[in-house]
This record gives sequence, structure tokens and C-alpha cells, in this order.
Amino acid sequence: MSESLIIFIIIFVKLSLILGITLTLAAYMVLAERKILARMQARYGPNRVGPYGLLQPLADLIKLVSKEDILPAEADKTIYHIAPVIVAGTVLLTFSVVPFGGPVSVMGHVVKAPVIDLNVGVLFILALSSLGVYGVALAGWSSGSKYSLLGGIRGSAQMISYELAMGLSIVPVVMLTGSFNLSDIVAAQSTAPFIVYSPLGFLVFLISVAAESKRIPFDLPEAENELVAGYHTEYSGMRFGLFFVGEYINIIVLSALAVTFFLGGWHGPGPAWLSLFWFFFKAAFIAFFFIWTRATLPRFRYDQLMAFGWKLLVPLALANVIITGALALTFGWRGGA
Amino acid sequence: MTEFIVGLIDAFSVTLRQMFRRPATVQYPEEKRTLPPRYKARITLTRDPDGGERCVACYLCSAVCPVSCISMESAEGPDGRRYAKWFRINFSRCIFCGMCEEACPTLAIQLTPDYEFCKYDVLDLCYEKEDLLINSEGKYEGYNFYRHAGVGVVNPKGKNDDEYRPVDLKGNMP
Repeated sequence: MSESLIIFIIIFVKLSLILGITLTLAAYMVLAERKILARMQARYGPNRVGPYGLLQPLADLIKLVSKEDILPAEADKTIYHIAPVIVAGTVLLTFSVVPFGGPVSVMGHVVKAPVIDLNVGVLFILALSSLGVYGVALAGWSSGSKYSLLGGIRGSAQMISYELAMGLSIVPVVMLTGSFNLSDIVAAQSTAPFIVYSPLGFLVFLISVAAESKRIPFDLPEAENELVAGYHTEYSGMRFGLFFVGEYINIIVLSALAVTFFLGGWHGPGPAWLSLFWFFFKAAFIAFFFIWTRATLPRFRYDQLMAFGWKLLVPLALANVIITGALALTFGWRGGA
Repeated sequence: MTEFIVGLIDAFSVTLRQMFRRPATVQYPEEKRTLPPRYKARITLTRDPDGGERCVACYLCSAVCPVSCISMESAEGPDGRRYAKWFRINFSRCIFCGMCEEACPTLAIQLTPDYEFCKYDVLDLCYEKEDLLINSEGKYEGYNFYRHAGVGVVNPKGKNDDEYRPVDLKGNMP
């Protein structure tokens, strides 16, 4: 077999594995959220379909696919159809640069975990999450409904504001590593995760990630009791499903990123093959934290949301850049060996 | 600020603790609650200890029913005993408020804890008298209206246990 064919096969296998696993995980993320949320509210949650309700995602999928696809009369058809694809697509693409495991050697090739080991991975992620805003804004605008429009506007405003804090909170990570490459960032954390060097950065990142994925204290774009369902009010069937799945993949991806940037990625005690498990375990914990937050906190008011983002998170993130930078210079911190 | 942080930690610990609590849900079809005897569900017409119908077709339940789901026609037997010629409750309308039971002067109409009587056809929810009558005294045992009523049905007039003799209107004695 020629070199290029092997590389092609490896990439293809990685792609299909990631696509399959992320989509399945997203489906089970929905179930996990419903279950955990239910337990926190002294209920059982879905437990009728299959043992412990484990087939519930399948039932949901069948339901979503077989539902009627409604196109509102006022809608801008092309944009209306593209918007959910943008949301789900950008989120799925983000996962292509996440190093979710250590390097493995297959047939004489060292296979790194991410599909592409991009040297500007961090920028790629930030760019994609900015693109994702288009999905929200366009969905809100093209539906031709006031609730959708309001949800879209809120969504884009919120995501743009919190993206700033998110980007700034990653700056110390990049400073400590000296690279935009996610594999390098993980490698730099082989001794100690970056949360030790920059706990404030982790906190800001976690909060802005919750806002980025429109999770509960920041779920204004889809605030049920004001905006019906926000930007995806008019969507039905699998188009709504795409938004829904996209949202949950987003949670998984952002949890994975939090792990990559601050919690040491796939590093952990034990043999090398445990790296996948460690990554999954850490990401699952962050995802659980998001669910936990949803059970705990009420929704922000819109002005509170904006004030919190611009007056607290952005200055905090900026201060963190300076503090971590100063400390790193003083003590000669440099991630890795 | 400290207040804010303490409040946050407090809130998170509450939800985490709740997660390990036993859910309050009753898994209905497999697991059923034992309902109190006065639970308000399927309406029945009970019988007195002697086996006769208690209902005297006074229309009070029908009058008090807020959704007008009870209808009947009264009749009188040769011994002066009143009864319902037909008695119908439309359970598709009934809201199980129990006001008919409260209004009933003879303890005839009673609600039971049997709440599982769904039907595929709405008309099947129209219960006629023979569907409503049960061979039981329900919640109140040993009560027979006509043993206290001052109407000579079970015993001649004035011969019931808690009754005086009828006043002799033409006599002089008090």
C-alpha cells in the first residue's frame, strides 16, 4: 500500500469515528442531562424506553425525523435552510482539532488523536465559534417571526460579548505554551495542568463557555418564558434536531476544550492507553458541571448578562493575562519539560 | 461579593445533595398508591343494610352538580318509597368534585377510590343506574334512610326506633 493511501485511510477512519462518537455522545448527553436534572429535582427522568431509558435518544431521533418539516410563510427559504447546518457544522468541525488521546502508532505511522494537527488550532476554534453565531443570527432573522428575531439578536450579542472573554482567558494558556497548536498545549501540561498556573483563566473560560453554549444562567437566546424558544421557534423536525444536537455537541466540544486548555488534556496517571479514558472522564465532569449549573442557577436578566460579561469577565480576563504573564516572566514558567 | 460566593456554593451543594435523594415519583402502572377511602373517583349508588336502594331520587345531586352530569327520573313505589326510574351519570363530564355526595340526604351516592375506568368510546362513559348500583353500603354502614324518615315504608309510620308516635291532631293531649 502506498504511503498516501494509508494516510487517507487513517484520516477517514478518524473522521468517521469522531463523527459517530460525537453524535452518539451528544444524543446520550441529552439523556444524561434529563436524567441528572430529574434526580436533582427528585424525579426519575426518562426510564420507559429500554433499560433505564437508555433507548430514549433513539426514540427521540425517530420522532424528530418523522415530524413534519414546516417552512413558515414569512421565512427566507434559503437562509432558513442553511442556518441549522451552520450551527451543527461549525460545532462538529471544532472537534477536528481536539486532541482527545495520546499519539498511537499504527502500521509504522504515529497517529495523533486530532483529525488535523493544526498549528493555529486555537485560532481555528475561535473562528469557528464566531461562525456559529451566524447560524443563530440567520436562523432568528430568516424565520420571519418576532420571537425568533429577538432570540437571534440576543444570541449573537451574547455570543460576541462572551467570545471576547473566552479568547482572553485562553491567552495565558498560549503564553505558557508558546504555541497555538492544541497538541502542543496538551504536551505542555504533562507536568502540571494550566489550571494551577491560571485558575482565574479557567474560571473565566468556564463561565464564558457556558454563555457560548447558551447554557442556563445565560440561556437568554432561547428563554422559554419570554421568547417561546428563541431563534429556533419556527423550526421543526430534524432542522430543529440539528440545532438541538448542535447545542449538545457544543457542550461536549467546549468541555473537551476546557479539558485541553486547563485540565491537562489526556494526561493522567496510569498507562498510555488510559489517556482516552482520562480525557473522557475530565470532559464528562465538566459537562456534568454544566448540567449541575442548570439545576441550580436561575436565568440572568439581559442587562445583567451584558454587565456581567463586559464589566466583570472581560476586565478579569485582561487582569489575568497581565498577572499570569508577570508571574510567568518572574518565575520562568514554561509549560512542559 | 462574599455573600454572592457563599450563596453560589450553598445553591450548588443543595442541588448536589438532592441528587442522592430517592425520587418522590410513584412509578404508576407498576406501583400504585393505596388511596384513602374517601378518595374521590368513580361514583356509585349504594344500598342500605336491608339490600334496598338508598337513592330516593330527590334530584339534589343533579341540582348541585356544577357540570350537570347527573340526570334521573323519579318514581314512587306502591308503599310510598321513592326511587329513580332511571339514573345516569355522564363520566365524560364529571369533574369528581364530590358535591353530589355532600348533597345526598340518604348517603346513596358515594365516590370510591376506583379511578381506573378509561374507555375507548365516550358513550361508554355514560353510566346507567345498573352500572352505578353496587351491592355495598359504601362508607356508611347500617344506615337506612327509611328507618329514620317518618315515612311508613320499612315500619309503619311512627314505629321507627328514633321516632315519636305521630301527633294526634284531633286529641287534646300535648
